[in-house]
Amino acid sequence: MDDVATPAAPDTSDGGVARRLATGVIVLGALVGLWEGYKWLWQTAGWTWPFAVDDVTMPHLYKVVEAFWQPTTTGGPPLIHSLLSATWFTGKEALAGFLLGALIGFLIAVVLSQSRLLERGLVPYIVASQTVPILAIAPMVVVGLGSKGVAGWKAVAILAAYLTFFPVAINTLRGLHSVDPRAVQLMHSYAASRWRVLWHLRVPASVPYIFTALKISATASVIGAIIGEAPASIQNGLGGAIVNFNQYYSLEPTFLWATNVVCAALGIVFFVAVAVTERLVLRGAPENIA
Amino acid sequence: MSQSSDTVVSISDVSKSFRTGVTALQGISLNIRQGEFVSLIGPSGCGKSTLLRIIGDLVQPSAGAVIVNGKSAEQARLDHDYGIVFQDAVLYDWRTVARNVSLPLEMLGWDRTKRRARVKEMLELVELTGFESNRPWQLSGGMQQRVSIARALSFDPALLLMDEPFGALDEMTRERLNMELLQIWEKARSTVVFVTHSIPEAVYLSTRVVVMSARPGRIAGVIEVDLPQPRTAETREDPRFFEHVTAVREALAGGGQMSKSAPEIF
Repeated sequence: MDDVATPAAPDTSDGGVARRLATGVIVLGALVGLWEGYKWLWQTAGWTWPFAVDDVTMPHLYKVVEAFWQPTTTGGPPLIHSLLSATWFTGKEALAGFLLGALIGFLIAVVLSQSRLLERGLVPYIVASQTVPILAIAPMVVVGLGSKGVAGWKAVAILAAYLTFFPVAINTLRGLHSVDPRAVQLMHSYAASRWRVLWHLRVPASVPYIFTALKISATASVIGAIIGEAPASIQNGLGGAIVNFNQYYSLEPTFLWATNVVCAALGIVFFVAVAVTERLVLRGAPENIA
Repeated sequence: MSQSSDTVVSISDVSKSFRTGVTALQGISLNIRQGEFVSLIGPSGCGKSTLLRIIGDLVQPSAGAVIVNGKSAEQARLDHDYGIVFQDAVLYDWRTVARNVSLPLEMLGWDRTKRRARVKEMLELVELTGFESNRPWQLSGGMQQRVSIARALSFDPALLLMDEPFGALDEMTRERLNMELLQIWEKARSTVVFVTHSIPEAVYLSTRVVVMSARPGRIAGVIEVDLPQPRTAETREDPRFFEHVTAVREALAGGGQMSKSAPEIF
C-alpha cells in the first residue's frame, strides 16, 4: 500500500520531477502569453481577420479565473460550487461509461480474435457504429431506457461507453494478433488449449495495446458523458452547465470558458489516471513496448 | 521401413508442397535413434526448418508419415514429447526469467513446489542462477537463448528440436554455447534434431549430419561424425574434424563431385 503514494515512478530518463514541472510551467506560461498577446495586438491594431477580438470572443484569462468565485445568480453560491458538483456528476457518468465500454470492447476483441470469419464479418459494422453521431443515438438510448425506469445518468454512461468501446475493441484485437507466431507454436508444443494460449500469451501481449486504447477512451468517455447530457436533458452535469452558459454567452462569456477549463481538467484527470495505471502495470517493461 | 527398438523418430517418404505450388520437401526418409544428435544442414530453401516443424507437428506433411516414440507426431506433441528452441529466444517479456522457464510446467499442470525446484535446477544447468527475477530484455542474446534452452528442457521432453538456435549470435558466443549445449546433451541424455547453416557447427555438435539440397528439398547425403565424445575446444583443431567438414561441404556441393579441397580452407 505504501507504493500508492508514489505513482509517478522516478523519471530517470530526463532529469526528474523538478525539470518536468518547470517544463509544464513554461509551456503554460507561453500559452497564456500567446492568448493575451494575440488579444492585445489584435485589439490595439484593430485587426478583424480571421475574427474580431473583444472581451466576448476572448475574455482575459484572469477574468476566467475570477469567474470561478462569482455567483451565477444574485446572492447564489459561487460558480465553482456548481461546477464541482457538475464535475462529480459527469465524472461518475464518464467513469461508469469508461469501465463498461472498456469491458465490452475487450470482450468483443477476444471473441473476434477467435475466428477470422467472425472478424471479417463484424469489424465493418463496428466501424460503422462509430460513423453514426452520438447525437443521433442519444434519444433512442435515453428515451428507450427511460421508459424502463433507468436513471438518466445511467443512459448517459451508456452513451459514453458507446464512444469508449471502439478504440479498445480495435486496439485489443490488434494486440491479440500481434504475438510472434513462434510463441504460438511453442504453446502448441506444450499442447496448450486455445483458452490458455489466449490467457497466457495473447492477452498479456496485448496489454500495451490496450493501454494505448484506454488513453484515447479515457478522454472520449468524458466527451461522451458531456454530450450525452444534452439530449437526456440532464441539468446536473457539465453538459447541462455548457448548455446553460451557452445561452448567456454574450452577457457573461467567462462562465462558459470556466466550464470549458473544468471539462478539460476532468479529461486530463481521466487520462492521467490511465497513464499512471499503465506505468504501474507495465513497470519495468522496455521502452520499446509501444 | 524397418524400425529398431531405440528409434525415436521415424520419417517415411515425407513430402511437403505449399499452396503456392512450391515443393519444399520431397521423399524424405530418415530414422533418428535415441540419444543421437542429428543436424539438418542445407542451403536456404531446402526445407530443413519445414522438416523440423513437421517432426514437431507444427506443420502437416502433404504426404508420408512421421512416427515419434511409436506414436503419430500429433500424439507425441499432445504427450509433451517435444522441446523446441527457435533462432530467437521467443521469451515472454512480461514474465521473469524464472517464470519463462516454468511456462511449460504451468501448461503441464505441475504444482508450484515442483515447478520452483525444477526451474532452479534448469537455471543451474544453463548457468543462469541469480537471474531468476530478471526480465528477458535485460539479458544478452546468448543468455536469452540459454533461458530458451532451459525452458525447452524443463519438462524432460524426449526430443529436443532446435531451429538455428545460435544463428543470430556472434561467433564467440556461438562456440561457447555449442560447448554448453553438448554438456547439457550429455547430462540430459536427450535426442536432438538441430537445424543449422553452419558446417563447422553441424560437425562439431552432431553424431550425424543430414545434408539437404534445395528445390525440392531432398536428402543429399548422411555423414556419420564419429569424432570422440565428449567434444572439447580441441575437437575443432583435430584433423579429422576438418575431414568431416570437407565431407559435409562436398555433400552440400553435390554429392562428392567436387575434388577434395584442402581441409584448412573454409
